[in-house]
Amino acid sequence: MSEISTRYYSEDTEVAPSLPGRSAGRRLYAFIRRWPILPGIVLAAMVISAIFAPWIAPQEPNIQALRDRNAPPIWLEDGERELTQSYLLGADQVGRDVLSRIIYGARISLAVAGVALVSGLVVGVTLGLVAAWYGGFIDEIIARAVDIWHALPFLLVAIVVVTLFGGSLTVLMGVLAMVSWAGFVRNVRADVLTLREREYVLMARVCGASPARVIVRHILPGVIPTIMVIATLAVGGLILTEATLSFLGAGIPAPTPSWGLMVSEGREYLTTAWWSSFFPGLAIFLVVMSLNFMGDWIRDYTDPRLRQLGD
Amino acid sequence: MRRYLIRRLLASVVTVIGATFVVFALSRVAGDPLLLYANPEGYGRTPEQIKALEKHLGLDKPFIVQYLVWVGHMLQGDLGQSLAGERRVSKVIIEKVGATTQLAMAGWALATFVGVPIGIISAVYRGTLLDYVGRFVALFGQAIPNFWLGIVMVLLFSVWQEWLPSGLRGEGFDIKHFIMPAIVVGTSSMAGYLRITRSSMLEILDSEFIRLARGKGASPTTVIWKHALRNSLIQPITLSTLLLAGLLNGTLVAEAVFAWPGLGRTMLEAVNNNDFPVLTGGVLVFVIIYVVFSLVADLLYIVVDPRIRYT
Repeated sequence: MSEISTRYYSEDTEVAPSLPGRSAGRRLYAFIRRWPILPGIVLAAMVISAIFAPWIAPQEPNIQALRDRNAPPIWLEDGERELTQSYLLGADQVGRDVLSRIIYGARISLAVAGVALVSGLVVGVTLGLVAAWYGGFIDEIIARAVDIWHALPFLLVAIVVVTLFGGSLTVLMGVLAMVSWAGFVRNVRADVLTLREREYVLMARVCGASPARVIVRHILPGVIPTIMVIATLAVGGLILTEATLSFLGAGIPAPTPSWGLMVSEGREYLTTAWWSSFFPGLAIFLVVMSLNFMGDWIRDYTDPRLRQLGD
Repeated sequence: MRRYLIRRLLASVVTVIGATFVVFALSRVAGDPLLLYANPEGYGRTPEQIKALEKHLGLDKPFIVQYLVWVGHMLQGDLGQSLAGERRVSKVIIEKVGATTQLAMAGWALATFVGVPIGIISAVYRGTLLDYVGRFVALFGQAIPNFWLGIVMVLLFSVWQEWLPSGLRGEGFDIKHFIMPAIVVGTSSMAGYLRITRSSMLEILDSEFIRLARGKGASPTTVIWKHALRNSLIQPITLSTLLLAGLLNGTLVAEAVFAWPGLGRTMLEAVNNNDFPVLTGGVLVFVIIYVVFSLVADLLYIVVDPRIRYT
């Protein structure tokens, strides 16, 4: 066998047993490889920030200190400016503490993504179930609706909706709920199509169970793994979309601390105060990356059938 | 084959009609559309003039009739008059679509010529350092907020190092103006590409005929480049047209960050000016691009993969 093929066929070290005699470093490495430690820490930090924001944040997120406009982070201070206080990640264009705003921003991101996910999930799963169960004309209509939805330039439509109905948290949640439903429809539909031919489902029907009962009691539990995987993978996308909309000015209205909005506001002061737009963006990046990583991990861990080879 | 084509074309037409209907309806549901065109308090118009305007714009007719009138005009290539500049919408779109297409093509080229090779290398050298680098690039590209990536690049390459221009493309053609916007447009597609190429290559490398090729003693180079690669490119090739369609929509953010004189920015301005004729016209263009490209993708599937036969 060639070098490449041996590499290819050699066992992956996905689940490395921690044999005695291995060095502590190697064991730690194996542990980190097996469990999503780093993403877990990032996500835990985000959730804790969101829940306990008032206790963690060093300052109120909307308190302005105009004397400290664009104050640099504490580790970049050169002592030339007299500041009323120090800022770990600097202050923005009206002297608000960037770190505090990021901590409060976690609340917004989490709330918007959570509500949007749940509503998109309910709509998408219901439509997917209905499409696969009834088939025929109903299936066709739902398929067309999904197609139409995919053909629309989403960001633009979202911006139009926000402009028409005014930017508020509720509108934004509604808009984002529209992002995720289509993905659920397709996958749930495909799952149900195979499930409904299973013998136990046929049995239930033969025994005279109503369609509603069969769907809820017998089909739905079989779809839950798929739903979970899509949901975890969708959260990152939702947070990213919320940030993009806020960046384009069609999201959360100022002065609510939202990460996308902070990047957008700080952008005009890039030459003098890069920190006020850099750190909120970094927060988005780390959180979304951790969520995607977690999603992949949950997929592989809970259901190896769904694993895309080695991905 | 012919039946499939006809079905597919019909579905495409339904998609276009549905999508434009959604956008058209959006422009009507939020309050009195006349307010979008003429504020009764402003402009010093008398009630009679407003009535006349309503009649002139056809807003006194039922909603569905208004839509049909718009479709009728559209089929004759008439997308109406822009409200802001009093110019023909079709002219505005034709004028701007070039810059957007250039940007989308640049992003697409980047996604393809970076994503696909990395995906292949990552699969061939599965489990090695090269694979980890590839997978990290994929995770990175999917999680990074593209607007923030743009801003960070501006900070690094325009503000701190004056290597690249931060925007204002101007009239002439200069490759320097394309580098950063293309990266902003292409990064997430590049990541998607990479993942798909990698998993499809891994799947092929694991298949029977590759084992046979190895078994009969073909050299690793032949196996990988001749047998595996050609088969694993089916998915990326068909995906590429869909991606290009998606990218045309995705230039919105890049155009906003780099002040790119394209369709996306025009649309954002149209939203701010309540210029609905421009908006509906632009969405129509995006929708048609998407529908045509997804049709091409399906047909391309038949061309590159002889196993697929639609009936």
